[in-house]
Amino acid sequence: MTHMDPQDVDTAPGDELHSEYEFGAGLRGYLIGLALAVLLTAASFWAPSTGLIWGPGIPVALIVFAIAQMGVHLVFFLHVTTGPDNTNTVMALAFCVLIVVLIIGGSIWIMENMNYHMMPMGPAIMQP
Amino acid sequence: MTSAEFTAPHPRDPYHVGHGHGAHAHAPGHGEGGPADKRIVVGYGFWIFLLSDIVMFSAFFAAFAVLERGTAGGPTGADLFDMTNVAIETGCLLISSFTCGLASLAMEARRPLWFHLSMLVTFLFGVAFILLEIHEFAGMIAEGAGPTRSAFLSAFFTLVGCHGLHVTCGLLWLLTMMAQVFAKGFRPHVMRRFLCFSLFWHALDIIWVALFTVVYLMGAMT
Repeated sequence: MTHMDPQDVDTAPGDELHSEYEFGAGLRGYLIGLALAVLLTAASFWAPSTGLIWGPGIPVALIVFAIAQMGVHLVFFLHVTTGPDNTNTVMALAFCVLIVVLIIGGSIWIMENMNYHMMPMGPAIMQP
Repeated sequence: MTSAEFTAPHPRDPYHVGHGHGAHAHAPGHGEGGPADKRIVVGYGFWIFLLSDIVMFSAFFAAFAVLERGTAGGPTGADLFDMTNVAIETGCLLISSFTCGLASLAMEARRPLWFHLSMLVTFLFGVAFILLEIHEFAGMIAEGAGPTRSAFLSAFFTLVGCHGLHVTCGLLWLLTMMAQVFAKGFRPHVMRRFLCFSLFWHALDIIWVALFTVVYLMGAMT
């Protein structure tokens, strides 16, 4: 397969596109991924304890760091790319993200709305 | 694939269905040359499974988000979570994900020694993660903050425990892969299984990123 143009070789999800077996190039990708992931993890753990971020903005910062780190993992560890061979992989991932957003966003929205419209209940009523 | 094969009066199995020939034929993925390489079919099927697994986790995340404030007068996340422990767990899983990547590089380069070494390190960090999690769970249950204490703790133990269960299964799978590579070498079907394993292991780390952010970091703030 090594004589083929890399563009012509199909890749499975998780496969990285190599024209030859390049140990060094692959290792560099994983090292970049690890460095970025460590950086983003450290930022996540550091964000709540620092006074630099405005209090109510901290959850937003944490979510941004988490989504960025998931992107880093997808690109550098799972090798999801924008290449033509990854179209199906990316399409399936996009559909998964849609379902996840619907489930989580929809649940939170509906339950918040119900809480809002509930009659105020004291602890005495809450007891079984 | 020559055109003569297609125009033959009675082509015998023109698409080589089920022969997994992709490694030898020129299959550029444009619908020519028959079905895709088995490695691609297997990898893609497993990718779909992983995405469905993520959808399942999203339901547990939704349950946790909804029930987080339902502490029933019991301890909250801020009372229970030990962030140092969570940071060490995160580091363990991240390093094991990295060494799993090294193992797949070693497999591509056909280096058994490096493969087994990387897998061993992956296994050790994975075990460290699981032991820390069990230690945390045992400590919480001993404090009377078990899954039956409140809706918040039920959702917590379901979500985090489900991830821990996945990691435990992944560790068993990891040992199986080491044994298969040791016994059979880098055969195509063993390499396909390892491709699926590495996808699984990296996906678990992605779920953990969401988990430590939503459950621990955001839970400890309130």
